[in-house]
Amino acid sequence: MYSQGLIGADGSTDESQEVLAAFQQRIDAEEKIEPNDFMPQGYRRTLIRQIGQHAHSEIVGMLPEGNWITRAPTLKRKAALLAKVQDEGGHGLYLYSAAETLGVSREEMTEELLAGKAKYSSIFNYPTLTWADIGTIGWLVDGAAIMNQIPLCRCSFGPYARAMIRVCKEESFHQRQGYEIVMTLAQGTPEQKAMAQESLDRWWWPVLMMFGPHDADSQHGDQSMAWKIKRFSNDELRQKFVDATVPQAEYLGLTLPDPDLKWNPEKNGGQGGHDFGAIDWDEFWAVVKGRGAMNRQRVEARRKAWEEGAWVREAALVHAQKRAERNRLMTQAAE
Amino acid sequence: MAENETPLWEVFIRPRNGLSHKHCGSIHAADEVMAVQAARDVYTRRGEGQSIWVVRSADIIASDPKDKDELFEPTAEKIYRHPSFYKIPDEVGHM
Ligand SMILES: [Fe+2]
Ligand SMILES: [Fe+2]
Repeated sequence: MYSQGLIGADGSTDESQEVLAAFQQRIDAEEKIEPNDFMPQGYRRTLIRQIGQHAHSEIVGMLPEGNWITRAPTLKRKAALLAKVQDEGGHGLYLYSAAETLGVSREEMTEELLAGKAKYSSIFNYPTLTWADIGTIGWLVDGAAIMNQIPLCRCSFGPYARAMIRVCKEESFHQRQGYEIVMTLAQGTPEQKAMAQESLDRWWWPVLMMFGPHDADSQHGDQSMAWKIKRFSNDELRQKFVDATVPQAEYLGLTLPDPDLKWNPEKNGGQGGHDFGAIDWDEFWAVVKGRGAMNRQRVEARRKAWEEGAWVREAALVHAQKRAERNRLMTQAAE
Repeated sequence: MAENETPLWEVFIRPRNGLSHKHCGSIHAADEVMAVQAARDVYTRRGEGQSIWVVRSADIIASDPKDKDELFEPTAEKIYRHPSFYKIPDEVGHM
């Protein structure tokens, strides 16, 4: 699903100016950096942190939607939701592998997540209270993720960029299935439409927070942009997202819960765009620091899954040993 | 494999910066260093490559082509994995 404006990576680096300049030259020439190439420590650290957070987000992101699989209203919706959640699991795996090319192990990343030390997108610490939330998540949360992930397809680190191309191909259905759910509700009974509106009211602001702090308050933005890990700033992506979403909400006859939202013809260099209201950054930081409604449950659910899966991992190892032994005996007998 | 047989290696070439390595064929060579050299000589004589991977052919585990149907056929009916399965009005822009 999604990566957020990166939280807390240390891009500082102690290579000599010449070495950094030579690296920057490669970046500026739009060359992709591959795992065995030289890279500054800060570049490696930033990517490990960002790809790791992105991978964790895909995995934890399965939980809020997984909550509704057994209660989906029709077989069609159930199959689609199951397929979507399965895709998110796959996205997590592509990303963990991309991070592993930088020298971090899967075990280290898993441990960090289970210990509650790793960050993942703040959006997944909100609960899914109604079926409409499943529509809203596909439409807006995946929509915001796509906005973020499309420029990551051109990230300077080759394995991350290639993973993103694969992910983006799969995301389109996620957003469309979500929008279709919301559209069905919005065109349904008054109660159904009210349910869609109530869900939109709860998710709109947290979704805008997914793009991360304002550029002026974001510590890592400049270095990540210079290294072409990022191509657009948090605020640029947020603006694109708002402008894309307004007509989608209008078509549904739903209201974005922001009294300050209005068209401003001057915006986006004279092309026009939407002004929107102030984001509650206290809420954002509270959720990032662990005080969201679902932070504890999310990590707890991952830990439970890990522990309850232990016997499967052990059984697979024993099975592999037995099979190897059987093959050895068969080869011996054949000789 | 007989003891004095030269092992077989699968060769993967990254054709351009930014792309992944792509399988292009195989080569016989006595060890990994000679395999890379031989792969260079055989598969990149016209600058086709940016980088070479070689993997012992014996280390590749492949699915059996005759299992193709049971492995892949089930995805054919899962049409809801494709964006076109969902009807989205043109007015709302590209999604
Ligand atoms: Fe995803
Ligand atoms: Fe997604």
